[in-house]
Amino acid sequence: MNSANIRNFCIIAHIDHGKSTLADRILEKTKTVAQRDMEQQILDNMDLERERGITIKARAVRLNYQANDGQTYIFNLIDTPGHVDFNYEVSRSLAACEGAILIVDASQGIEAQTLANTYLAIEHDLEVVPVVNKIDLPSAQPEKVCQEVEDIIGIPAMDAPRISAKLGTNIEEVLERIVTDIPAPKGEVSAPLKALIFDSYYDSYKGVIIYVRVKEGAVRVGDTIRLMATGSEFTVTETGYMTTDQLVNTGTLEAGEVGYIAASIKSIGDTQVGDTVTLAENPCSEALPGYRKVNPMVFSGIYPADGAKYGDLRDALEKLQLNDAALSFEPETSVALGFGFRCGFLGLLHMEIIQERLEREYNLDLITTAPSVIYKVTLTDGTVQYIDNPTNYPDPSVLASAEEPMVKADILVPSEFVGNVMDLCQDRRGTFKDMQYLDDTRVTLKYELPLNEIVYDFFDALKSRTRGYASFDYELMGYAPSKLVKLDILLNGEIVDALSFIVHADKAYGRARKIAEKLKENIPRQLFEVPIQAAVGGKIIARETVKAMRKDVLAKCYGGDITRKKKLLEKQKEGKKRMRQLGTVEVPQEAFMSVLKLDE
Amino acid sequence: MTGIYIHVPFCAKKCPYCDFYSVPYRKATAEAYVQAVIRNLKHYQNPDTVDSIYFGGGTPSLLSVKQISDILETCSTNFKLDSMTEITLEHNPTRTDRNYLYELRKAGVNRLSIGTQSFSDTQLKLLGRTHTAKQNLETVQNAFQAGFYHISCDLMLALPYQTEQVLTETLKILTSLPIQHVSAYLLQMEENTPFYTSPEILDNLPDDDTSADRYLQTVQMLEKAGFYQYEVSSFAKSGFESKHNLKYWYCQDYLGIGAGAHSCIKNRRFYVPKEIENFCQNPVQEEITISENACNSEEKLMLALRTSRGVPLSALQPEAQKKLAILIKNDYIKLKENNYIAMTPKGFAVSNAVTAMLI
Repeated sequence: MNSANIRNFCIIAHIDHGKSTLADRILEKTKTVAQRDMEQQILDNMDLERERGITIKARAVRLNYQANDGQTYIFNLIDTPGHVDFNYEVSRSLAACEGAILIVDASQGIEAQTLANTYLAIEHDLEVVPVVNKIDLPSAQPEKVCQEVEDIIGIPAMDAPRISAKLGTNIEEVLERIVTDIPAPKGEVSAPLKALIFDSYYDSYKGVIIYVRVKEGAVRVGDTIRLMATGSEFTVTETGYMTTDQLVNTGTLEAGEVGYIAASIKSIGDTQVGDTVTLAENPCSEALPGYRKVNPMVFSGIYPADGAKYGDLRDALEKLQLNDAALSFEPETSVALGFGFRCGFLGLLHMEIIQERLEREYNLDLITTAPSVIYKVTLTDGTVQYIDNPTNYPDPSVLASAEEPMVKADILVPSEFVGNVMDLCQDRRGTFKDMQYLDDTRVTLKYELPLNEIVYDFFDALKSRTRGYASFDYELMGYAPSKLVKLDILLNGEIVDALSFIVHADKAYGRARKIAEKLKENIPRQLFEVPIQAAVGGKIIARETVKAMRKDVLAKCYGGDITRKKKLLEKQKEGKKRMRQLGTVEVPQEAFMSVLKLDE
Repeated sequence: MTGIYIHVPFCAKKCPYCDFYSVPYRKATAEAYVQAVIRNLKHYQNPDTVDSIYFGGGTPSLLSVKQISDILETCSTNFKLDSMTEITLEHNPTRTDRNYLYELRKAGVNRLSIGTQSFSDTQLKLLGRTHTAKQNLETVQNAFQAGFYHISCDLMLALPYQTEQVLTETLKILTSLPIQHVSAYLLQMEENTPFYTSPEILDNLPDDDTSADRYLQTVQMLEKAGFYQYEVSSFAKSGFESKHNLKYWYCQDYLGIGAGAHSCIKNRRFYVPKEIENFCQNPVQEEITISENACNSEEKLMLALRTSRGVPLSALQPEAQKKLAILIKNDYIKLKENNYIAMTPKGFAVSNAVTAMLI
């Protein structure tokens, strides 16, 4: 196929603006999927993705389109995750395209991720094709939204297709725009191979399957490829393109095309997104720009609720990691929770998704510790340490200074809630940077915030203070000095390591009180009184007490029927297994989880 | 020594807090039922002396004196009884009739367990009982005059509106009566009872702390009046402990006759299905085995811990013995002179948790 007839594009949008629905319609209109197989959101094939209505992993699919000019075109649709946690994956997906369809909701207008993703697309020199979706809604204002796109983003939009992906209205217009507005790929087939890895997954038969965009040259079955970041080499066993449900081995892939390569690669760690694939015999002189290793930003301890399931948890994490190189984990032990893993995530959503997949797909019952970021501490002897586990935070006596990661946050909010959002950001130690009115009803606020303040419950708090109308996006901006302390929680006088966390000195007192209250609510009364204390550097700053239980008795065992008494005893024994025994104190799983949600 | 338990699953009216199986009283059914009881008594062979017979319910006092007398006669022909055999009948004080009580005594019943529950009319009404405090008094007095010198009264605790004063009043009356035994039960909310869904009850249930206070108040006041606590719910003047009741906690044999009756004979626990029709029709009652190794060390421990005799220290696992110090320090357990341990009243109130710690 002549590369002039290839169009490589992605769809970008704020969450819920209809990205996956438009993708479905495009597949349907190009007959890529028969109507009867049509299931909502074809590209999101993880259960979790479908339920949450978000795309977690990028997907790619090839379609054929018979355009109005009489010619047949190959479309490569590359689906991208919409969420900021997966920003790097988004940016790699964009690098595989020449154009992007920008969907804007006709009633919601531009939102935080609309802007973030559009700027990302423009940075990658993509042709941005605006589309206004959901015109079937009574509250739709397509004219206003088009004007907004022109005013705020600065791209022509007055003639943007007005569509309803849900009802299938005007989808043809979008398809024609892809042909006319998005440029065909460039690239020399005879040049040395240069292909960008934009996604990969593990297949238990074929090994790692990498998704690539060939920028220059060609790759064939039997070629020895080299992955430039690691230098590792493999022999291509299959190459071709992807349909919605299978891989089609064509034996060759050329400049301008999007497809897959299988080469018996054993570990997904070898095939990092953003890396360049070339040929071992005739390598290209330099790799494609922009590759970086993705590093986890948020850490938390994950423990099996039942200690005996440690091995199952390890197996599950290993399996998840096969398809998710961004997930990191290493064994750790906690006095309170036993054996578990310290896991690293790209962000909060990533963390939640991993936890949910572990519980759902692997049927594990988990206890998760409070999420932590990586603190940079300098000791009095001048050594610098990076701390991702509060338990390892150095003693104040040897601590010279501490720094914490900061983020640049963009918050888009209806003007009536600006005050609430400012309050929240101030409360979370934010520094106000800028405020702009997008129009007379919507404001964009820019704040610098410590990452540590948003990893807990910032997003929930933001939603509840704006009745769900605010949208939020952030990017990491480096470290800043901070006055941090380690807050310890003591039960019956003993420090519970799994409950320790790092907090800004000014907020320690309030946080301590809230945690003590939450624990009191969630630790059931037991035979002995349980004092709950919160301490900073040995000084108690908050305390609560769970009073001893007074009544737990089965009064009647009627007519010699002791079965009930026995059942009760069995139940109690079973219940004890689900509790964590810390000295004489029994702590239920819920108590550990309750301290993660303090804003309720 | 063996006990015989005879279950009488008839009630004139179902109490709204009770989830035990019972059927409305019908004369013909009751007669068929009594015949089946007699048939079964003849079926079981037991060389042991029978030192207790217990008519429980339901409402055994719905049976006629003749019916009770026939049952007791079958017992005495078929089993070895002696003059000390404790013969108890649960009696509903709606029936105060002295003559009936006199006849019962004559038929051989020597212990009466009266379902008084409370001596406050408001509380009795709330419980849906069909008798008044006055009838309670009359029944006790008439029983005494009819020659019952071993009388037990039931008392319910942790009831809605049962303030300290209300309970004190009831206990004062109770302890001034010519009785030797009290069974005091904390109200337990059971699913599938009207209480379980009644807003009035639910809104006014005492919390755990108040319930525990009422329980300890009862222990204290009964103790003062000479009733010592010999089991979680049982109080007696010295020498008047219920032999039958103790069989359950000391893992002694008891044979249950009747629909829904439980037995424990030679380390085998079994019960009879609760449907009355089958019991009446079957030549011999059906036995469903619960366990073949009843009265093992764990079970013995669990049951004996309900009594104030307690268990010998040596019966505890080493792991459990280590936990004793903290239980004693917190006044849940006391160490007795004979190297037995037993729960304190405070311990009885949380006996499920204490037991779970020691087993």
